[in-house]
Amino acid sequence: MNSETEMLREYAERDYQFGFVTDVETDTVPAGLSEDVIRFISKRKHEPKWLTTWRLEAYRHWLTMEEPHWANIEYDPINYQDIVYYSAPKSSADGPKSLDDVDPELIATYEKLGIPLHEREKLAGVAVDAVFDSVSVATTFKDQLAAQGIIFCSFSEAVQEHPELVRKYLGSVVPRSDNFFAALNSAVFTDGSFAYIPKGVQCPLELSTYFRINAAKTGQFERTLIIADEGSCVSYLEGCTAPMRDENQLHAAVVELVALNDANIKYSTVQNWYPGNEDGVGGIFNFVTKRGACRGSNSRISWTQVETGSAITWKYPSCILQGDNSVGEFYSIALSAKRQQADTGTKMVHIGRNTRSTIISKGISAQWGQNSYRGQVKILKKAEGARNYSQCDSLLIGEQCGAHTFPCLDVQNSSAHVEHEASTSKIGEDQLFYCQQRGNSLEDSINLIVNGFCKEVFRELPMEFAVEAQKLLEVSLEGSVG
Amino acid sequence: MLEIRNLKAGIDGKTILKGIDLTVNAGEVHAIMGPNGSGKSTLAQIIAGREQFEVSSGSVKYDEKDLLELAPEERACAGIFMAFQYPVEIPGVSNSYFLRSALNSQRRARGEQELDAFEFLTFIQERMALLNLHEELLNRPVNEGFSGGEKKRNEIFQMAVLEPQLAVLDETDSGLDIDALRVVASGINSLRREDNATIVVTHYQRLLNYVVPDFVHVLVDGRIVRSGDQQLALDLEEHGYDHIIAQAA
Repeated sequence: MNSETEMLREYAERDYQFGFVTDVETDTVPAGLSEDVIRFISKRKHEPKWLTTWRLEAYRHWLTMEEPHWANIEYDPINYQDIVYYSAPKSSADGPKSLDDVDPELIATYEKLGIPLHEREKLAGVAVDAVFDSVSVATTFKDQLAAQGIIFCSFSEAVQEHPELVRKYLGSVVPRSDNFFAALNSAVFTDGSFAYIPKGVQCPLELSTYFRINAAKTGQFERTLIIADEGSCVSYLEGCTAPMRDENQLHAAVVELVALNDANIKYSTVQNWYPGNEDGVGGIFNFVTKRGACRGSNSRISWTQVETGSAITWKYPSCILQGDNSVGEFYSIALSAKRQQADTGTKMVHIGRNTRSTIISKGISAQWGQNSYRGQVKILKKAEGARNYSQCDSLLIGEQCGAHTFPCLDVQNSSAHVEHEASTSKIGEDQLFYCQQRGNSLEDSINLIVNGFCKEVFRELPMEFAVEAQKLLEVSLEGSVG
Repeated sequence: MLEIRNLKAGIDGKTILKGIDLTVNAGEVHAIMGPNGSGKSTLAQIIAGREQFEVSSGSVKYDEKDLLELAPEERACAGIFMAFQYPVEIPGVSNSYFLRSALNSQRRARGEQELDAFEFLTFIQERMALLNLHEELLNRPVNEGFSGGEKKRNEIFQMAVLEPQLAVLDETDSGLDIDALRVVASGINSLRREDNATIVVTHYQRLLNYVVPDFVHVLVDGRIVRSGDQQLALDLEEHGYDHIIAQAA
């Protein structure tokens, strides 16, 4: 074992590649949260009165709630009065008209992250709505999308341009009082993405957002809302990296998806925020509420996530399968290395008849990482003929890490079929030696084995994203196996 | 090519090899035979670079290099291949992806051009014919759900693709029925050249009917107690190891 441990350690230790800070003058409110701060945010964003009220009600409810501690994670208490709730790059305060109006330093930052907007515009066929801290700095391909009636813009813009849609759907999937972090987000969210796909339209592009947390001690509270109207189809990609920081940064996003009759939403995430160092210093606290409502019959929502970053991941992308014959899917890779802790999984609530759900979860733990799968499959009384298949696999690399599974089944209809499979395996010396004996380096051997383990999830990702996700996993392992 | 001098080695403080001397030259096939627990597999794995085994004394030279200094993948890139007694499963990794990754690592180490997917496919199709393997096997995950015979054939197929200079076959005949044994043996034979060598580790002599060795060594309790030619293997088959052990004592 010693030799293995040693090999793995040698192979470890590489710094976070994206650890740099862009120097941009920010327009920031002082730390702390109060009704005044919320009013400030709302006013800054020229929001209508109903939204200000909506935020304030969420805030008042939040004050009555307690931070949840049922997850299998440990962290120092978060001081919510220590967090800065609004920060926007100054140069974009008035909103850039085109890429030329965007602060060149921001563009340079994206380029460091491998997101050359200029090229992407022309080559990749991906519309990028880039969130830098709290304000969207660039939105591309909008005209192309608009021609089909597709709305894809920042959340703030949607509030201005399409208030009726926002008002109709905001909080309709994740109510303000849903949970502590969702309530906080509802009170203070600053920006995010909004997409509406009209009836019968197949979105011709993969919609994509890159998030990035930058200003010191700035909690980032994105709000994303995607609505797929009847018979429409959309694939949305979300990917993130963050610069290195010593303080823990709170991230509490809310994502709501609505699929009407025969609509299809595919939501893919690659999350690579700073995980903290090997002693558990720094790193993002990621408390996210993601939920999709399959409201219409024959609708389908598919979540695919590759979670390699963050010190704490608390995230359960879920599906409410309301419409008859609707389908919910959850494909997940979660990697915890260093001192990372991930408590992630999904909730599938079967309400309609013949609803189907699939859960494939792959947890990878390395070093001192702790990875928990937490899932709930709930089949309600009227969900005649509902079916669920769950598969939770854990892979352990090294001796100190841990994998945990907390599945929960609640079946109230006797015609339901529910299957659950789970496995835990260890990257063995046997497998490594076999790969190395054929000529692969230790690094390549680990990547081979890990990629094989994750294959079922990778193949759910859109092509261009799969390559990137695989790369991120490799980079994350490079920095964290030991 | 390979020179082992007074090799002593063990695991967890227990000595298994108690002074092995063995010289293998290019073009030769050596058979290492012995009863269970005599140290045959240990010797094979030490040559391949398995790190749990501690070498307490002695030396292993390979092409004038100190083999014991090299990592397993460096040995592989230098042309050493081991066919595993128990081939390992790697779920989710297709056989062809695995092999291409291995072959290209070796080619990189030797300063050769890597093969792209198309060149690789052309190359391995020809090699598959040698082992009478179905193309569908290429797309299956490495050794996962393979029968015992398929696993062993797959090992020799990998050998055919990687074209080692020194191949160590660890109990490749175990678990093979007679037809599979013939296929595997003819695969091994077709890969024999003037400039490569093979060490066949086996408990039974039946593989040696097909892969005819130049030298046979009998390993008992961590020592080579007898060396000879193919006749020695036949004697063993007839009289058993006890007879040889008694003679050696």
